[in-house]
Amino acid sequence: MLRRATLDNGLTVLVQEEHTAPLASVWCWYKVGSKDERAGLTGVSHWVEHMNFKGTTNIPRDQVKGIIEQFGGSWNGYTWIDQTTYLETATKDALDRMLFIESERMANGLYHPDDCESERTVIISELHGGENDPDQFLDQEVVATAFKAHPYGHPTIGWLADLKTMTRDDLYGYYQQWYAPNNASLVVVGDVDADDVVRRAEHHFGTIASRTIPLRQTTVEPEQTGERRVTIRKPGTTAYLKVAYHAPAVDDPQFYPLLVLDAALTGAYGLNLWSSFRTPPPQRSTRLYRALVGRGFASAVSGSLMPTQLPFVYIISATATHGVPLGEVERVMLDELAGVARGGITPAELAKAKSQLNARLVFENDSVTNIAHQIGYFETIAGVDVFANFRPRIAAVTLEQVADAARELLTESNRTVGWFDPLPVENAAGI
Amino acid sequence: MTTSALIPARSTFPNGLVFLSKRTRTTPAVTINIAIRAGSECDPADAPGAMYLLSRLIDRGTATQSADDIAEALDSRGISLGITVTRHLFSFICTCLAEDFQDVMSLVGDIVLAPSLPEAQLATRKGEVITMLRQDEDNPGVRATETLMEMLYPAPHSYGRRAKGTIDVIERLTRDRLADLHARRFAPCETSIVTVGDVDPDESRAAVERVFGGWAVPPPPAPPVLPATPAMSRRRVDIPMMNKAQADIAYGFVTLRRTDPDYYACWLMNHAFGQYSMSGRLGDSIRERQGMAYYAYSSLDANIMEGPLLIRAGVSGTNIDRAVGSIDQEIATLVAGGLTQKELDDSRRFLIYAMPRALETNAGIANYLQTAEFFDLGLDYDERIPELLRGVTLEHANAMARKYLSVDRATVVTAGPYRRDATSALP
Repeated sequence: MLRRATLDNGLTVLVQEEHTAPLASVWCWYKVGSKDERAGLTGVSHWVEHMNFKGTTNIPRDQVKGIIEQFGGSWNGYTWIDQTTYLETATKDALDRMLFIESERMANGLYHPDDCESERTVIISELHGGENDPDQFLDQEVVATAFKAHPYGHPTIGWLADLKTMTRDDLYGYYQQWYAPNNASLVVVGDVDADDVVRRAEHHFGTIASRTIPLRQTTVEPEQTGERRVTIRKPGTTAYLKVAYHAPAVDDPQFYPLLVLDAALTGAYGLNLWSSFRTPPPQRSTRLYRALVGRGFASAVSGSLMPTQLPFVYIISATATHGVPLGEVERVMLDELAGVARGGITPAELAKAKSQLNARLVFENDSVTNIAHQIGYFETIAGVDVFANFRPRIAAVTLEQVADAARELLTESNRTVGWFDPLPVENAAGI
Repeated sequence: MTTSALIPARSTFPNGLVFLSKRTRTTPAVTINIAIRAGSECDPADAPGAMYLLSRLIDRGTATQSADDIAEALDSRGISLGITVTRHLFSFICTCLAEDFQDVMSLVGDIVLAPSLPEAQLATRKGEVITMLRQDEDNPGVRATETLMEMLYPAPHSYGRRAKGTIDVIERLTRDRLADLHARRFAPCETSIVTVGDVDPDESRAAVERVFGGWAVPPPPAPPVLPATPAMSRRRVDIPMMNKAQADIAYGFVTLRRTDPDYYACWLMNHAFGQYSMSGRLGDSIRERQGMAYYAYSSLDANIMEGPLLIRAGVSGTNIDRAVGSIDQEIATLVAGGLTQKELDDSRRFLIYAMPRALETNAGIANYLQTAEFFDLGLDYDERIPELLRGVTLEHANAMARKYLSVDRATVVTAGPYRRDATSALP
């Protein structure tokens, strides 16, 4: 049973009691992500997230470590296109500490200039680490090519030029603009009493003033009118293919048929960005696995349809088997997609996709951390009711809806094709 | 104290198979974790990677079911069957809905016991593995770590071999060779099966007995346990990968066995040095204070044989020497001055209080029970961990640093956009 409360300053508090282990998970979600960044400040949301682990007025920099660890806890955070979030999971007797940390993070970040500079190189290192992976690099380029106008097109980590020039004032100003109780949701799940948690939340957060949140960018991505292509030729050993289609937001009724379609094409990953995407989906009987991996054209294939606040992209990725030309992999993939766009999926595929999605909904609710993530994630992008209604919405999907989604979305004019076509590598070991 | 008392059900079947089960009711799901002592240490000397290739092929058909039948049976239940090969274990792990438990146990049992290893699938699976090997060749982290392991554990030690093997070996392996390996190395006395979740242990035991009770294979010869000799001098290899944006550093030592009485002292020493909070002292120095890397940490992998303590960092190519120098400095400081009592106490308290989190999910409990079984730690190990950690003194932990870590005996590998100037002094 989910308990919802709203403090006078606008902070949404969501609590779910789970008495299966003596643990509590606290997440604080902010409705700010890389889609809220303007040109020249790409990556600021993520950098601000890093800075918010660098001490506050009442948690000195050198005392950040240890507060949660003494309760056996873990802490972390992440930033993506729609949201920034912070979490702690620890034994339940750490609840007050966790709430205190999050209240401090909301209002009292220090942003010491030395820490801002030190973190610049850490983040550039993170960016370079991602670029080391050709698959990840291609993903970034395909998304950037698919979006001409909307800020979903730039990577959450930001463009290197912006990371080199951003200032401490840029970071602190962004923090002050967006980190406010009326732009946040506090989620607590675990071996707790819901009413008690609301009282404690009031104690820790009640004195933080609400503030006016900046106007959101209103750019709407214009309809794509023709296929776009991007080809990266860099030294490497392996060829990668990605095909992206503009896709509906999570609150669009067409999202659910597309979710089923993705399960039929590549297997159901589930809907938990925090956990499910770390586990491969069941997929060997899916259309694209059989066509590409089963027949030896690719060593791996996957689909990515993420629940997002605004229309994002559905991306299908394949790793070409060594020696197989990318053009051949693309031809086989597009043939399969054309087939499903013409004829939809079968009743057996529909039933299987629904079973997979329902099983994943069970599997990804196996810990207080995962449950809390789902509540906060969906509350931030569309309202927690969207998550609560997933099961009936998936159950209601019909063959016709899937066929319509396939026909409308999997079109040539709606797609962006990306190749990572490797050049020979000249690397020699030396002692 | 908040450690949980798991108290799993445990029994040994007449054929030697060990069964462990724990009932939980968090979700209507069950995790099945089957571990067989047939890891990459069982690769034939002339065929490293054979067990890995077997793991890619083993679920592609059985005596009674085709690859498509198996795929359909798993996919229709939303199950992803993970098959992994580590140094010592060949594992089958999946989570299913409780209502599917009996059917899934039968299916996984069929895969374990009667794989057909179809010739038609072998070429495709080889293509997959060769592609993965090619990806690894282009991955600085993999290149640095694998090279370091080869140097720490030279042949014939199995820890120094690449689990996936090499392209030429994979290309040569035949179906008959893999079938022979399966027939000789998969045996009930080498197998432990764990179920955790919403299934009664007696019901689970009956299911395992139904599927595996009639399994009869003679015990295979024990894989050789080889000594690993710590390095006597400092060694460094740089692997230029000029097409990469960032470099990886792998820096390591041979340490101790999991059964060594010093293990808990070494565990705590490593935790304080390279893991606590944001990667202990190492993270403090390289990431927090110097801003040089997104990650810098150490890990201890004490195992059947003397395992490694590895230090890893990802840094800009221009910062490699500085980062290696910083690691040297942290090791020298640790060896000379030791941890503080507060550092030791912080790590100890964390590890004790983190137990409920580690044992929260079905998969987490199953993994823990397999580890406890593999190292013969006892059914009450979760309750004894606090006492074992509290028994470690500061002097003992610091003695571990002095015994195993040394700047002068470190093995260092870097891989990334870096070419060493032949005239420059090495850090």
